[in-house]
Amino acid sequence: MTLDEIIASLFPDGHQIRKDGGVIAGSAKLRAGGRMLVIGVTDRTALGVDEALRLSRHVLESIDRDTGPILVLVDSDSQRMSKRDELLGLNEFLAHLAKVLIHADMHGRPTIGILYGHSAAGALLATGLATRVLVGLPGASPAVMDLPSMAKVTKLSMEALEEKAESTPVFAPGLSNLEQMGAIHMIWSDAAPLVDQLEALLADMPAVNDRRDALGKARGGRPKAADIVERVRDLALQIR
Amino acid sequence: MEDLSFQHQVRARADGTRQSALVGVVASGNLEVLVERVLPDAQCSVVVRTAAVGFGDVWTAVVDDFVERFSPGGLKFSINDGGARPDTVSLRLAQAVRLIAENGQ
Amino acid sequence: MIATKDIAPAERARSTSFNEASARTRLELLLDAGSLVEFIGPEQREISPHLKIFDLPEQFDDGIVIGHGRLDGAPVFVAAQEGRFMGGAFGEVHGAKLTGLLRAAREIGTIPVLILFDTGGVRLQEANAGELAIAEIMRAVMEARNAGVKIIGLIGGRSGCYGGGGLIAGCCSALAVSEPGRIAVSGPEVIETNRGVEEFDSRDRALVWRTMGGKHRRLLGAADVFADDTVQDFREAALELIGSIGAFDLDRLKAEQVRLADRLRRFGACEDAIDIWTAEGIAHAEAVPELPADQFIALANRIGRASRDAR
Repeated sequence: MTLDEIIASLFPDGHQIRKDGGVIAGSAKLRAGGRMLVIGVTDRTALGVDEALRLSRHVLESIDRDTGPILVLVDSDSQRMSKRDELLGLNEFLAHLAKVLIHADMHGRPTIGILYGHSAAGALLATGLATRVLVGLPGASPAVMDLPSMAKVTKLSMEALEEKAESTPVFAPGLSNLEQMGAIHMIWSDAAPLVDQLEALLADMPAVNDRRDALGKARGGRPKAADIVERVRDLALQIR
Repeated sequence: MEDLSFQHQVRARADGTRQSALVGVVASGNLEVLVERVLPDAQCSVVVRTAAVGFGDVWTAVVDDFVERFSPGGLKFSINDGGARPDTVSLRLAQAVRLIAENGQ
Repeated sequence: MIATKDIAPAERARSTSFNEASARTRLELLLDAGSLVEFIGPEQREISPHLKIFDLPEQFDDGIVIGHGRLDGAPVFVAAQEGRFMGGAFGEVHGAKLTGLLRAAREIGTIPVLILFDTGGVRLQEANAGELAIAEIMRAVMEARNAGVKIIGLIGGRSGCYGGGGLIAGCCSALAVSEPGRIAVSGPEVIETNRGVEEFDSRDRALVWRTMGGKHRRLLGAADVFADDTVQDFREAALELIGSIGAFDLDRLKAEQVRLADRLRRFGACEDAIDIWTAEGIAHAEAVPELPADQFIALANRIGRASRDAR
């Protein structure tokens, strides 16, 4: 689906969403009443210092002014790879966007991410992976690491990597692999109106605590993470 | 990867009271040795996972020499090897014995 | 178990390079002597379940030491990455250990966490699990800070603090960095591979250090304290930061927005770190990379930016 189709299907009751230089910002009317803040990255834009700061500003400005949930639409490249961005401290700008989203989610502004195109690496961490619920749309193509780069570093052939990818979701690109990890909470259908699926999710939002490790265990994608987290937590709590 | 395992009968128990110790890291040309005081006093075992396949004879010689020199009775050595040279292996094994020979937990 | 015998053997810590020491040695010398207690140590053999797919050797602690100890008698939680094992990269187990520690710190609320970063970012062979582990850690850091926990990053390892590690560092309450402690998202080789050598020449080490290295990060206000490359200096930096970090709240995020916007406005057109330092009023900016630590610290304390109310 294109961004325009997605927005039309999510918000049939109207919206004020602007697109400027690959950055999405605005708000939309919810069918059940109230409004939803909308931000995002589109057209496979790389997330650099300028884009990240505009997105965090939009969220921060709404904190004192509005109520309601926050939507993050994602079709990005990875972080912008440039001398200028690193010189200016890209890690701080990306972290700041994630921090603002996490803080909002913890303080009454539940966050939902929709991954509808590409995303990778630092851009995914600062946007979709910083929301409480990350939804995938069919056709989305996240790639933490692309296979040609992996082939270069691991000195394995593409054929060998593709063969390994069939038996494990842990390293290969793709929406279903990230779903098995617990990173993508659910994949919506593009055959039904998105507004129905959004309203159903908003009516039944999971609790605010991070349960992605448990999801990854239940789906068989991450066999050890949830248990290790719990064991360390128990051991550390004993020092009180 | 290749798995190797060596069992030895030794003259004497290793010194010290520490129950375990760790030296080294797994990297190219390096290895980690985890040593644990878990065996009867007259036994020693060395278990190796190595990235360098086909060097069983070299490992046998290095371990034989180590056991003869240190008599590490009661100790189990577990090794993750990133392809270290024999002299590096000998050094790490000796460091591991010295560390567990300290008193403490 | 308090009193002077538990203070770290300062002489050994003072003569040990933080950069060259292993993760275990860093912790041993950073904390009060003998106070480190590890959680899920190497004898538990909780190795990565994924490296065998690639026929790669595992490490018994999966490249990270976590536990608790004391700093001048007061309890702290600690995590130290081993930058020599797979570049200190985040995999499933490696990341889960840190997440568990942060969640406990949040529940307790009063014990600070020291993270000794030494990482190239996500571990390629388990990229999806590693990426998600970093997202979980970022969330856990922010939840802990929201509960009042001080989280301090110490950056001076051989692998620097790259990729998702840089984002986690950006979530911490404060950072101490040494000259070799580079902080960035994309590494020099990654930029060069994707954008060409004209954009970034990864073999130009001087360019790498002045763009990503500790001195630039300190002058920019990305790090709060500059430490000389000894474990004792990092110990003192950690103590200083624990004593000075204020409470976390929304105002801090708003201040951070202003701080970063100000940085973009002032330096957004600068082509090189030397231009930024010059714009900051440093007379002989080109000499900054050569300054000894004590002279640099004096300069940074006079001119470098701080982020005490932001972040």
